[in-house]
Amino acid sequence: MQAHHGTVDPAEVAKFEAMAAEWWDPTGKFKPLHMLNPCRLDYITTQIAAEFERDLKAPDAFAGLRILDIGCGGGLLAEPMARLGADVVGADAAAGNIPVAQVHAQQSGLEIDYRHTTAEDMAAADEQFDVVLNMEVVEHVSDPLAYLTACRELLKPGGLHICSTLNRNPKSFAMAIIGAEHIMRWLPKGTHEWSKFITPDELFDLLKRAGLEPVDRQGFVFNPLTWAWRLSDRDLSVNYVTASLKPR
Amino acid sequence: MDNPCCALILDVMNTDTDIAVIGGGLNGPLLALAMASQGHRVTVIDATAQSVRKNAAFDGRSYAVALTSQRLLAGLGLWDQLADNAQAMLEIKVTDGRAGEGPSPFFMHFDHAEIEEGPMGYMVQDRHLRRALIDAMDASDHITQLSGHAVTGQRAHPAGITLTLDNGKLLTARLAVGADGRASGTAQRAGIKRIAWSYDQTALVCAIEHDLPHHGIAHQFFMPQGPLAILPLPGNVSSIVWSETDANARAFNALPDADYIDMLRPRFGDFLGDIRLTGKRWTYPLGLSLTTEMVADRVALIGDAAHGVHPIAGQGLNAGMRDIAALAEVLTDATRRGEDIGSVATLARYQEWRRFDNTALAMATNAFNRLFSNDNPILRIGRDIGMGVIGALPGLRRGAIREAAGLTGELPRLMQGKPL
Repeated sequence: MQAHHGTVDPAEVAKFEAMAAEWWDPTGKFKPLHMLNPCRLDYITTQIAAEFERDLKAPDAFAGLRILDIGCGGGLLAEPMARLGADVVGADAAAGNIPVAQVHAQQSGLEIDYRHTTAEDMAAADEQFDVVLNMEVVEHVSDPLAYLTACRELLKPGGLHICSTLNRNPKSFAMAIIGAEHIMRWLPKGTHEWSKFITPDELFDLLKRAGLEPVDRQGFVFNPLTWAWRLSDRDLSVNYVTASLKPR
Repeated sequence: MDNPCCALILDVMNTDTDIAVIGGGLNGPLLALAMASQGHRVTVIDATAQSVRKNAAFDGRSYAVALTSQRLLAGLGLWDQLADNAQAMLEIKVTDGRAGEGPSPFFMHFDHAEIEEGPMGYMVQDRHLRRALIDAMDASDHITQLSGHAVTGQRAHPAGITLTLDNGKLLTARLAVGADGRASGTAQRAGIKRIAWSYDQTALVCAIEHDLPHHGIAHQFFMPQGPLAILPLPGNVSSIVWSETDANARAFNALPDADYIDMLRPRFGDFLGDIRLTGKRWTYPLGLSLTTEMVADRVALIGDAAHGVHPIAGQGLNAGMRDIAALAEVLTDATRRGEDIGSVATLARYQEWRRFDNTALAMATNAFNRLFSNDNPILRIGRDIGMGVIGALPGLRRGAIREAAGLTGELPRLMQGKPL
């Protein structure tokens, strides 16, 4: 175990542990992500299971699959993928997230390869994956087409790309900016720039131009009565997710 | 390994078991079997040595198993072993009464023929249920039984929990489930607070043989001293749950068997012919006990450990079974998503699902008991009219039948007769 910490200062480790606890506190700073997470995981796991013919009821359902989680943060998606038996790389452009995610994975007894890098750099290094998870990232990048092209390059032929983002319309402005950032204070003000949001048709178009073949899209819908998110075939008005394949 | 942080990490990385269940009564083994069926490793820890509970003769204790609970038992593969010894409850008659008087002219009658799902439930003897649970646990490769050991300590980590046993051994798990009853040490050690009060009533429990057949009809008489339930068992045998004030119960319990039955006889008249005691006599002090939370970090509570209610509607075991079906579903769904089964994020879903239902049940049985357990003439007239109204309106009556069968609320898959 000592090798994992190597020469890291114990005070630093304590700090990362505290930050990991914050990432994983369902009522803390990342509450909105924790609320959305089961719904995101339902989509991701069923899409992967369908594409790679895996049985989610079986142990280690994703054994043998190499999965990349872009924008991994504290590891909220990377850890479940590793727990299902996948070989997981978590990438984050924010260097501070990496040791935090590492500490938590170690506490959870999971082996995950966390890296401070970008999709573009990994593509340049010829990394290849069966699945690329690209959740709530594309609305933050400056050149979505170049970014999605890098995501396609990271996939093996026949590989699966799952990409979620926010729609651009008056309702998403009201919900994601006014509601989530200003009224509920779920997210810090300025987290999102509404003009960067992408409509589902625009995203499908971008995916095709990046050389991916869109196969599915669904909405993540928040129900204020049950205070929970669910998947919807019809309502893609605010948060939505897509699945696309790299042609063989 | 001199770095404490690393020692701690090592100790949770390879947990001894996935789920540690504290309590080997009815709820603990049921949850263990549900989770073992999904491939989890489960360790059931019980302070009582197992041999004490095996091969018992009929001891007078039995349970009203609601239709939805029967589905859970069937889903876990236990019903085949229980079916032959179970008695279907086809009708329930509820009457307001006073010892020595006939039933009030107003009464409620619920017949399973009014709902399409089948009987409202089954009566199952305690010994048969325990036997079926132990046999099923013995047959499971995924269940380890630690009988005769008490848990003396527990400590939650970021990704696991360590239990200390009374022999000094440590057991690590992803999740600890407290099925250790109203005095739950698991809840206490997790810092979960409890609200409890006594009803100053005691339930006298026994079984009787009677000359005339019961036709599968369950009776509930509301007596001023407390409710009396007569529940059908196979043959000409019925289970009696007879609630009395603490003072009366103490006096009756001190009587020899023949005098005890003489006290019981006038309380429900002669509609079953002559009655005789069979099996032992039991007493249970009645009280309400609710925890403020059903979960904590790495800990979930089920059954009486979270909510002990008045047995007025026979819903105690059934509420526990709903906990089990809901928790098993939440944990199974989390497992299939790759989530951590012991995290607060996962366990909070179980609490949200069950807490409202459990609190409502506790409050309803509390209110019912207070309304019916007295001889105030105004309340007596009021409840007679109320029962007359419910009895006369088919919609209300069907609602009450569905409630008794456990068919209301958001049903877990196991209680809909579906696989986990």
